[in-house]
Amino acid sequence: MSARDDILANIRASLGVTGAEAPRRFAAKERLAQSPEGVIPRRGQGDPAARVATFKAEAERAQASVAEVAGAADVPNEIARYLREANLPATFRMGEDARLAAMPWSETALEILRGPSDGHDLNGVSAAFAGVAESGTLALCSGPDNPTTINFLPDNHFVVVFERDIVADYESVWRKLRERYGKGAMPRTLNLITGPSRSADIEQTLLLGAHGPRRLHIVMVRDG
Amino acid sequence: MTHQPTSSHFKENAHEALRDAPLQKALVHVRSNFIQKRAEAAQRLPEFEALRDSARDIKNHTLKHLDLYLEAYEAKVRELGGEVHYAATAKQGLDIILDICRKRGAKTVTKGKSMIAEEIGLNDALEAAGIEAVETDLGEYIIQLRGEAPSHIIAPAVHVNKDEVENEFRRAHLHLPKDRDLSEPAQLLGEARGVLRDKFLNADIGITGANFLIAETGTSIIVTNEGNGDLTQILPKVHIVIASLEKITPTLADAAQLLRVLARSATGQDMSVYTTLSTGPRRPGDPDGPEEYHVVLLDNGRSSMLGGEFEDMLRCIRCGACMNHCPVYHAVGGHAYGWVYPGPMGAVLTPTLIGVKEGGQLPNASTFCGRCEEVCPVRIPLPGMMRHWREREFERHLSPTTVRAGLAFWAFFAKRPTLYRLATSFGMRALHLIGRAKGRFSFLPLARGWTRYRDLPAPQGATFQSQWRAKSRPVA
Repeated sequence: MSARDDILANIRASLGVTGAEAPRRFAAKERLAQSPEGVIPRRGQGDPAARVATFKAEAERAQASVAEVAGAADVPNEIARYLREANLPATFRMGEDARLAAMPWSETALEILRGPSDGHDLNGVSAAFAGVAESGTLALCSGPDNPTTINFLPDNHFVVVFERDIVADYESVWRKLRERYGKGAMPRTLNLITGPSRSADIEQTLLLGAHGPRRLHIVMVRDG
Repeated sequence: MTHQPTSSHFKENAHEALRDAPLQKALVHVRSNFIQKRAEAAQRLPEFEALRDSARDIKNHTLKHLDLYLEAYEAKVRELGGEVHYAATAKQGLDIILDICRKRGAKTVTKGKSMIAEEIGLNDALEAAGIEAVETDLGEYIIQLRGEAPSHIIAPAVHVNKDEVENEFRRAHLHLPKDRDLSEPAQLLGEARGVLRDKFLNADIGITGANFLIAETGTSIIVTNEGNGDLTQILPKVHIVIASLEKITPTLADAAQLLRVLARSATGQDMSVYTTLSTGPRRPGDPDGPEEYHVVLLDNGRSSMLGGEFEDMLRCIRCGACMNHCPVYHAVGGHAYGWVYPGPMGAVLTPTLIGVKEGGQLPNASTFCGRCEEVCPVRIPLPGMMRHWREREFERHLSPTTVRAGLAFWAFFAKRPTLYRLATSFGMRALHLIGRAKGRFSFLPLARGWTRYRDLPAPQGATFQSQWRAKSRPVA
């Protein structure tokens, strides 16, 4: 017998079942098909304005910085301002996301590098799939639009999130994923990001910038 | 790293830990930090208690249908081009991983933090096969340099002080200038970041654990704060996930319930910084991510825990709250427990995984204060299970003769209430008379183990039972 058969047989022996019982199979199949939702915190709920306000407050609580701009056209200026004020080089890397590509970058003096990061970039820009109000969390999907390496290798990570994509809770992100990818399907990597990288492994002292970005700057776009 | 368990020497280990001044200094951080942060996070979320019930119910449902969800999960991973390997034992798990490494000609492996990798002794096996294994979680990296096992399941280096980290870095990072300043934690972190960045970029294979394996989508989820787990799994050409069977979770909706109690119970965060959902290998058109995706599912005794008195232990989501709140852990730290899993969860799990003969001492490391059960996000009745183990240890005649004789002596009286009352009231009165002058005993025959560290207050003359009777009498 293979290890697989051994293990399944032992599980069934311990549970006192054969694996063929119809009610058990039905219960598991139903749960997978229906994905029932459990307890949903009230914190993230409310109208779009309340969700946006909660998202911002929670993201800041997780030590991200947050700026709000009126439209997509204002994003390049906001990123240029941040880089200038933080004395950072006016260069960044981003993927092929159409929403980012449509922004008027040429109005700034920013130099843009394209494609995945090889670990030598100081700044990276991504567009979020969604924002989650209840914990100020960003959801980012892998692929050529927003390569996952940009989420982790640059020192400073800028994430653009459109306010219409800010949802109440994680369950709403799962629903949004189902709409885009289909039931039971996922992007290769989905990153849920809440604040910049940190570690408390040395004497429980909280320090930012362990292996991932030292700074996370979120640019919320009101309409677009 | 030493993987020979020393759990059967818990008492000796504990005595040593109590005398270890640097360890005692480091343990203060556990007491002062974790408890308050968890309490604040729980208090800030009105639905927290309801979420704990929900988390417990999801885990119970999953365990009752584990075979079916495993099959569903496996089918989904395969469908997406990933590979699933089953390992009944630690040895099988190691063989599978070493085989993948050999096929890819791997020289360097980066590792995200994984308790399962600790459980099977993965680093030792990789090193023995001539493969460099690099721990990338800062805490794990520190203890790897020190040649130690983790002393806490989420803060593996919690027993190490800052100066000790500095010494270790100076010893290991010889390519860096000798006169560099490493007096601040931020400087130590910066140095580790730089050293490990090169390792990430040059690794052939990345190995991570998993917090959840989702049957609905064939997804593995890891939760970290540093981002090391992500760099481990997106940069090398091969990603291997090693996880135990009970990590299976039916749906993403179920995972959301568990995630809401995990970080809050562990570090007091609402969410850990990085919750990463990985599904299969790199897709056509993907500019990054691994070309191969393997999942190694480890049993190592868990399937036998189902349906028995220790099944509840399989609900554990490894948050560490039980040890953070344990007075015994606070006093002796994690290494005294002698194997991979310390604290109350370790006291229950260790004997099931390595046997009651080796691990049977650990369930005695409890005051039965019940705090672990109070804070457990999936409501595991840890004290009750430690009691089960004590009973088993006693039944199998594994406890020392003096303990057995003492218990037999006590049981003789306890089974005869009249005699018990007579004996105790005589004893109390005698102790009262002898100890009256000082009001306490600094030495008592047969109780030296107790009086060595503290005085025994002299009894007031009457027993608890006689006082109870007197006070229950109706007032005239």
